[in-house]
Amino acid sequence: MAIGFDAALGNLDDSLKVYSKRTEILASNLANTDTPGYKARDIDFRQALSRADNHQNIKLATTNKAHLSGSNSGMNTMETLYRTPLQPSLDGNTVDSHIEQQEFTQNAIRYQSTLTFLTGRIRGLKTALNGE
Amino acid sequence: MSLFKVFDVAGSAMSAETIRLNVTASNLANAQNVGTTEDSTYHAKHPVFSSVLQSLNMESHALGVKVDEIVESDAPLTTRYQPDHPLANEEGYVFLPNVNMIDEMANMISASRAYESNVQVVNTSKQLLLATLKLGQ
Repeated sequence: MAIGFDAALGNLDDSLKVYSKRTEILASNLANTDTPGYKARDIDFRQALSRADNHQNIKLATTNKAHLSGSNSGMNTMETLYRTPLQPSLDGNTVDSHIEQQEFTQNAIRYQSTLTFLTGRIRGLKTALNGE
Repeated sequence: MSLFKVFDVAGSAMSAETIRLNVTASNLANAQNVGTTEDSTYHAKHPVFSSVLQSLNMESHALGVKVDEIVESDAPLTTRYQPDHPLANEEGYVFLPNVNMIDEMANMISASRAYESNVQVVNTSKQLLLATLKLGQ
């Protein structure tokens, strides 16, 4: 039976990447609470995760060694969407700081739980390797 | 690692909010400065924020905040009849700054709340990064 890191870790590492990206976007929203005309953004987690998961398939064909292989981290295909404002303000800003703060906290907790799951998987691998 | 960019984003927002607090403080401090002419009298100042991309990386979605400019309020100045004042003009009037105390207090509270929420963002991101360092232990 083969034990691969990819199989053992599943898509937990990808979800960690998407969560950290989402942290960045939500932090930008919170930073721009008072910027006129700023539109709050977010990502569709399911879509972003599936794109990050399939990123191995997206590669540019290179027929010459001088060609650039292209970035295939999968994150650049991630689509940011605009939030539907509940209480749009007169200056065109659509950030609702309570919603953003709640989403940010929830995102941080999810990130931490993913870390816990990953640690569990790594512990399992360690146990298997030690064979105790 | 995009979590590091959160520090840049929140840091830029914190410095912008600090500028806003500074401007509010100067407005409140100068609220009673009378002048002889309309031009020589203090006008209330307000910062204008705009968002700025934190990195040239195409993958980055980090948008920080910068202060575009500080504009002077064009609200009309109030005049007060005080002929014995050393700064009074020929008709005996002095000009008072157009600082609206209520506006300034609301601005101050809004700036300090925004600053606090950015500090919280930095703290949470720091915790996440430190937890990531301990991964697998």
